[in-house]
Amino acid sequence: MKKSVYFGVLTVASLAAGAAAAGTLDDVKARGKLNCGVTTGLVGFAAPDANGVWEGFDVALCRAVAAAVLGDGNSVEFVPTTGKTRFTALASGEIDMLARNTTWTFSRDVDLKFEFVGVNYYDGQGFMVPKELGVTSAKDLDGATVCIQTGTTTELNLADFFRANNISYEPVPIETNAEAQQQYLAGACDVYTTDASGLAATRATFEKPGDHILLPEIISKEPLAPLVRHGDSEWADVVRWTLNALISAEEYGITKANAEEMSKGSDNPEINRILGSEGTLGEMLGLDNAWAKRAIMVGGNYGEIFDANIGESTPIALSRGLNAQWTKGGLLYSPPFR
Amino acid sequence: MTTITEAPRAQFRLSMLLYDTRYRSGTIQIIALFGFVLMAGWLISNTMNNLAALGKPIDFGFFAEPASYDINQRLLDYNSRDTHLRAAFIGLLNTLVVAVLGCITATVLGVLIGVLRLSKNWLVARLMTIYVELFRNVPVLLWIVFTMAILIESLPQPRDFIGDAPTAFMGLFNSIAATNQGTWLPEVLFSRSLGNLHLFGEARLRFDVSLDLVAILVALGIGIFGARIVSRRAERIQSETGVRPKTGIINFLIIALPVLVVLVALGFYLDGPHLTTRKLKPIEGGTLIRNSLIALWLALSLYTAAFIAEIVRAGIMAISHGQTEAAAALGIRPGRIMRLVILPQALRVIIPPLISNYLNLTKNSSLAIAVGYMDITGTLGGITLNQTGRELECILLLMLVYLSISLSISAVMNWYNESVKLRER
Repeated sequence: MKKSVYFGVLTVASLAAGAAAAGTLDDVKARGKLNCGVTTGLVGFAAPDANGVWEGFDVALCRAVAAAVLGDGNSVEFVPTTGKTRFTALASGEIDMLARNTTWTFSRDVDLKFEFVGVNYYDGQGFMVPKELGVTSAKDLDGATVCIQTGTTTELNLADFFRANNISYEPVPIETNAEAQQQYLAGACDVYTTDASGLAATRATFEKPGDHILLPEIISKEPLAPLVRHGDSEWADVVRWTLNALISAEEYGITKANAEEMSKGSDNPEINRILGSEGTLGEMLGLDNAWAKRAIMVGGNYGEIFDANIGESTPIALSRGLNAQWTKGGLLYSPPFR
Repeated sequence: MTTITEAPRAQFRLSMLLYDTRYRSGTIQIIALFGFVLMAGWLISNTMNNLAALGKPIDFGFFAEPASYDINQRLLDYNSRDTHLRAAFIGLLNTLVVAVLGCITATVLGVLIGVLRLSKNWLVARLMTIYVELFRNVPVLLWIVFTMAILIESLPQPRDFIGDAPTAFMGLFNSIAATNQGTWLPEVLFSRSLGNLHLFGEARLRFDVSLDLVAILVALGIGIFGARIVSRRAERIQSETGVRPKTGIINFLIIALPVLVVLVALGFYLDGPHLTTRKLKPIEGGTLIRNSLIALWLALSLYTAAFIAEIVRAGIMAISHGQTEAAAALGIRPGRIMRLVILPQALRVIIPPLISNYLNLTKNSSLAIAVGYMDITGTLGGITLNQTGRELECILLLMLVYLSISLSISAVMNWYNESVKLRER
């Protein structure tokens, strides 16, 4: 009897602890730092520069969220995660959000209990092979030894693709992009497969990028999306609308340079609502009204972030393609701010 | 006037539980046990509550779902439509393969190095000391990664074997091709094969037994049984007459002949790897042992051998020098002194710590993912865990598997230890 009472007390205590942990936004504010999960290093998306400062496309989103919530884009603790450790890190609360080219799938969203807040890069799985192999199509890859990062959707797509086309292959599971690169360059695998953007980023770091080609086939849809834990909608809203603010900013021409000036008020009410000179959108989110302005001023709008990290002027040289604004034939489409 | 003669009767009071030394230790133990049970109960109930709050109660149903991933190095038939359970089983077999290979190699190397470290030859003894210190003082993960890096960087690519001016050639009469993807060995084939026995049909648990292998094992068993009869007879004659008849050649023939006959009857032949002209998969046929397995096996063996060498050395040094001198006085040569007098006695000292080294090797094999070898940690604790998100279930099961493997190794080794124990009469 006594024992069961004691258990009851402990249960209540643990439930209370669980409820307290659900308020991620308050946790982040109290901590003064955002714990953001990124890759262990993929140039252009998330990698430390020569001074050890993280930079990249995914990193920029972490910084934008930190700026919106905490007022400073540098108040981020970057937690490098591998394909295998990322979900455990998020589920256990070690990180507040995951911005690590992670594909939005049904089972991750529903079964793994995560909440994807919106797509920040529309990608697809591709193949990279050395030119000297003379392969021009993924269907010619019969018998190839293929390097894949383990614990990713690419691993499953790969099995499905080769099975559907009835061709054989040998998978070589690898933990990180760096190891895959080493094995691929040494010829220990004939083919390297991952998201096409990742392939482009990896190839850009090669000594002779011209010796390797990306095959034309894109064998899967890989909508890469930042995600948070399921069941904390307030926090999910903050991350979702920070991303939407960056996308809308590009649509309405708000840039890093002119955000300050435009926030004084403009003729376009939508811009005013985003930048906080009209309405109380920020307060509804549990932030102040200048949240989006701060987010935009860290690294610029979506287009600026894209161009600075992975765009055509960078060594990675990805074109906007599907990731252009809907007004320009792409898929980027932010819900309205009102 | 009366005097109190009888001792005051010890009345049990509650405070005696604490202040009476007769009860105190018992009280403390019961409190400690109670605390422990409470702690464990709290951990379990907390976990259950939090999992339920996350909407992920413990459920092993995912094992029946298709795994959807491929495994390169495997002993049994497997494809990506098979279940997670079968993938885990394939991984378990891979773990056992590397553990068994590793334990055998580590023992052979370890005994050799341990004995050589005691050599009177200064150079040999010092070289072995360097080996031992080098291997046991660097973490095994580094050795695994290092071995893999050497294999990948130093061996030729498969496509170097073909073309107009090949830069790499197969060794041993064109039967072995060592490449940086793996080593191709000749494949064992039978022209009059008996085929396979399909257990459990096409179901999830399908398990093909090669009848050829069964036939060879049966022949080998008959041979060993025959050899034991011959040895018993030799022992009987020795105890009666004092002269042991020579049995070496007879025993060899008794064991080898039946196997040879079966091999010929089955039409045994080796089919080496062949070169093709394709740039993708230039080598076909033969059996491929991937570098991930080789690297893991080598690194674990070399690392554990350093520890076993020290155990062997300690075991030998534990045997009194008088034994060596006595044996030498009887005119036995040094090599036979070691083999017939010292090592059998040293085994009693060597085996118990040897067991823990076998266990260590088996558990260290879980570092396999560092080189992409799909052991049970890589399948069940890696991809399956990651794709299904069932962390707790997978890890608990994984712990159970390693526990079972370790306890089995312990049981076998303890049985062996029992059999070599000094029998006192």
